[in-house]
Amino acid sequence: MTKIAYYPGCTLKNKARALDEEARAAARLLGYEFEEIDEWQCCGGAFTTSRDEIATKLAAARALTWARDHGGRVVTVCSACYNVLKQTNAAFRTDSEFAAKVSRYEKTDPPYRGEAEVVHWFELLRDEIGFDKLRAAVKKPLKGRKIAPYYGCLLLRPSETLAFDSPENPTVMEDFIRALGAEPVRYAMRNECCGGYLTLEDRDAAKKRSAAVLSSAVEMGADCMITACPLCLYNLTKNAAGPLEIRYFTDVLAEALGLKEGGENA
Amino acid sequence: MNKQDLKEEIVRMSGSAVEKCMRCGKCSASCPSYEDMEYHPHEFVYLVEKGDIEKLMASESIYKCLTCFACVERCPRGVEPAKVVEAVRLIVIREQGMNRLKPDDIPGLWDKDLPQQAIVTAMRKYTK
Repeated sequence: MTKIAYYPGCTLKNKARALDEEARAAARLLGYEFEEIDEWQCCGGAFTTSRDEIATKLAAARALTWARDHGGRVVTVCSACYNVLKQTNAAFRTDSEFAAKVSRYEKTDPPYRGEAEVVHWFELLRDEIGFDKLRAAVKKPLKGRKIAPYYGCLLLRPSETLAFDSPENPTVMEDFIRALGAEPVRYAMRNECCGGYLTLEDRDAAKKRSAAVLSSAVEMGADCMITACPLCLYNLTKNAAGPLEIRYFTDVLAEALGLKEGGENA
Repeated sequence: MNKQDLKEEIVRMSGSAVEKCMRCGKCSASCPSYEDMEYHPHEFVYLVEKGDIEKLMASESIYKCLTCFACVERCPRGVEPAKVVEAVRLIVIREQGMNRLKPDDIPGLWDKDLPQQAIVTAMRKYTK
């Protein structure tokens, strides 16, 4: 069993509890023990790009420092946490003034300089476990299902910093879907924004964004859409309507691995 | 702040090289919020370069950016328009009394399915 520092994030302890529990259960089955970071704090959901912002980046900085001192890397499941942690880590690596200010304030010893590595659960599946091993672990192949992978923005951009996958032609979720025995559906809007936090500021605008994503997937024949982001799931469920199910990727993963009671629609 | 100081402040905060813009408009063509904006990403870049920033500060457009980074990704010149929009918005909301979203607003916007992530992200974007 490989131990790895784990940053769950606020929503995985509340509205998206299944995302946390199913990710951990699948990880255990595939040989990883997620070790929750001590006293982690909410990442804030968005990385503030302004260089003079320090306070809004401290929660991520603390998690990264803990990860450096506990195995050297941290895994996330939520797209937003992944994005914030990884962009904050890049700020430590490229902006010495920022790194020095945080280390003085936090009294980090030795000063944190971006040594930790941030990985998403998808990256562990692709790069370490491998989709062949995942395929071999599948107990209930999701045969005949047409699943649309929804990347959204937070997993892919900025690609120079995240280096998660190709920002315009990503493949990791398609390969994941194939490994589970289902058929990935390609559609134009898979890497466009769902409307995000705009749902609180201008719900009609968010509705237009989500509806465009959803109808693009429906047009291509999807009967299900998967996401790693609770806010995407919310927008695509509450701010759009269509004849397809929106599920967390961990949900279809747990189903295929036989971790869910009652089989198909549990 | 005078025009020049304001421009320098925005360039310093965003780290954006606005003068590199060659006006191709790819940022605005990529922007999911395009139709809801009065000023579009390429106009943010142009007006900041000109130092004509007050009209951006007064516009609702600063609250429409989703920070989805499509413009940053697709800009052939590395101008990073989303960071420019964010800097203009921060200059506005950092003023006392200028928080766009207040904790008291949340109960009226809440529904039982709303993820915590939506609230914390909106608070981060719309308040200081």
